[in-house]
Parts: sequence; C-alpha cells; structure tokens
Amino acid sequence: MTTIADPKAPRPPRARPSRLTTRGNTELYGWVFMRASGVILLVLIFGHLFVNLVAGEGVKAIDFGFVAGKWASPLWQVWDLLMLWLAMIHGTNGVRTIINDYASRDGLRLALKGLLYFAFLVVVVLGTLVIFTFDPCPTDAPLDLLPSFCTA
Amino acid sequence: MTAAIEDSPTKVGAVPSFTVTMRVMRYLPSDEGGETVAHWDDFQVKVHGTDRVLDALHMIKWEQDGSLTFRRSCAHGVCGSDAMRINGRNRLACKTLLKDLDITKPITVEPIKGLPVVKDLVVDMEPFFASYREIMPFLVTTGHEPTKERLQSAEQRARFDDTTKCILCASCTSSCPVFWTDGQYFGPAAIVNAHRFIFDSRDEGGAQRLEILNDKEGVWRCRTTFNCTEACPRGIEVTKAIQEVKRAMITRAF
Repeated sequence: MTTIADPKAPRPPRARPSRLTTRGNTELYGWVFMRASGVILLVLIFGHLFVNLVAGEGVKAIDFGFVAGKWASPLWQVWDLLMLWLAMIHGTNGVRTIINDYASRDGLRLALKGLLYFAFLVVVVLGTLVIFTFDPCPTDAPLDLLPSFCTA
Repeated sequence: MTAAIEDSPTKVGAVPSFTVTMRVMRYLPSDEGGETVAHWDDFQVKVHGTDRVLDALHMIKWEQDGSLTFRRSCAHGVCGSDAMRINGRNRLACKTLLKDLDITKPITVEPIKGLPVVKDLVVDMEPFFASYREIMPFLVTTGHEPTKERLQSAEQRARFDDTTKCILCASCTSSCPVFWTDGQYFGPAAIVNAHRFIFDSRDEGGAQRLEILNDKEGVWRCRTTFNCTEACPRGIEVTKAIQEVKRAMITRAF
C-alpha cells in the first residue's frame, strides 16, 4: 500500500445559484475577436516578414535606415500599428484565458492578470508612441549620434 | 440431425479465465475531521474473459474487502452511476471488459476527477447536477396546453437526436481540464442537455438557455480539447454539440 498525496481533496460545493451571475456578451466578443484578429494577423505578419526579409535585396537591406524609411510612409505606419495592437490584444486575451484556466487561487489569478495588463499597457503605449513620433534625424541631437544619411 | 450437430468439429470453448491486479484508489474521511490521505490498494482477482471492471469490483467487495465503496445501479450502461477513471480514462465500469485492458499491468481505478470524493470511488455529484438544473432541462412553452401531442417531423427530431442519449454519468464533465481548474465551468454535460432543448422545435426556452450559457463560465470556456467526446460512454459528439451552441449564440448576437 503506497500512500500518495490526495489529488482530489473534497472541495466545498460552489455557491450556486446565489453566486453573482457572470452573464454577458464579453466572452462572446472575445471569442469572435480571437478568430477575426487571427486571420488578419496572418496577412499582416506574413506581409511584414515578406517585405522585410524577402522582397528587394532581402534580409541584407535591414538596418536603421530601412526601418526609418518604412516609417516615413503612412502605409507602414498603419500596418505596424494594426499589427502591434491586434497582436497585443490577441496575445493578452490568450494569456488571460490561460491564467483563468490554470490559476485557481483568486489572489494568484489577480496578480498574474495585473502583471499581464501592465505589460500590455507598457508595450502598446510605447509602441504606438514610437510609430508616430519616430524621427530618424532629430534636429537638436549631436551629430556623432545620428546615422550617416541625416547629414547627407 | 442431432447426430450431425454432435459430430460437428466446432466446440464451444470454455470462457478463458485469468488473474488481474486491480489497483483501486481508496479514500476514507476520518470521523474526527482530521486529515485523510488517499492511497492505492491492490487486489488480485480471478476473472473470466466475459467479465467487466464492475464484476471485478464486485468480486473485491463481496469476497475480499467489504469496505470498498462504489456506485452502481443498473450495471448495464444505462443508469450512469458507475463512471470512474479506469487506467486514466473516464469510462463506465459496467461497459469496460477486462480483456480489452492491458491485464499484464495493474488496472487502476480512481474516482472521477474534479468532484469532491465522498468515499473510495463515490463522488459528490451535487456540483454537477447544480449546473444541470441551471440550464432548465425541461420543456418550456408558452400559451395554452394543446389538446393533442406536440407533433414534430422526423427531421426536426433528428436535429437534437444525438444529445438525447445523455445518461448524466458525468464522464464528460469530469474529464474536462477546464472543469478541473475550479469547478465553476458549467461543463459539457450541462451544455449537451441544454443543446437537447435549444434545438428542439417544440421548445420555446432556447433564447433563455442561450442567455444562461452565455456566461463567463459558460460555453466560452470550452477549449475544444475533445476530452468529453472521447470520454462519453454513449458516443455523443459532445464537443460538436458545444460548438453548435456557440454558433447559435453568435448568430443571435450579430
């Protein structure tokens, strides 16, 4: 007779039906968003990879100037912004469901989700800021810090 | 004629018998309310090729250890009382032939997961039935009672035929990893039984049931892992039913 830790410790039955109802369309919209954004992201990401790595000179073309050139065009600004936002919301929602599925303790779940949303905010705010305020040649910067094409 | 039969070379062979080791999860709550730990007990049983896991459990209870506790009622796969985890898979003990399992190793029998264990293989089914009751598993109609039967065509009946087969054994719900997390998810069985009425042409409570299942703990927690479909002893396409309920909600919302 081997003794093992009790894997199925009795739990108190859930407090139904008195528990607060969590009905609503939030999860429905989340579910639909995951599918829709997934399809759009397929196009955006593979388009991004093709333009950066395959088209023209290929992977050798990527440098500071290449990225600066892309963000000078509104098309790539919108493309990258969409990619950033959709990927971040898609990924965050995915991780949120994973946390819901695996973290059963309320405190742990709250902490993990707090961390997740904080990371989401930082990345989205910073990314959006960079895409729209990116200037490869700031006027008041010392010359030796600027890329060569700024002085040309 | 009789002679011909007696001379027949084909003989009915004796049913082969063999010895199996049953490794059963035992759990006995203490009277003093102290900590109790589940443990495995091994039993050697001599069984026949026609015996099922339930027969082996009976032999243990009747001949070796009368304290072994498990549920069974009809013993023929209809009442849904003896769902248990056999060799790590949720099955009905009365529908699982021992000869179909690997008898060279001990056969493990545990209570189904995710529900509080009362004793040995008996679990508290109340959380499971609470979810079942919540989806209103009864005919909902409006207006006057008709003076004859509520008729429906063969096609209308076929629409929900699969989900009428449920015997509420909890094999599906207790095989669902999302249900294991915190037991708040409605679970496949409740959704299957909601499906049975949502797609019934005679029923008028469909919108209400969709509303109930459009919950944080409703159909959207399904991750389509297909554990439930695999576990169902009645062969119900459980995951498909859940997806059909999801689709009904989306077409209703947009």
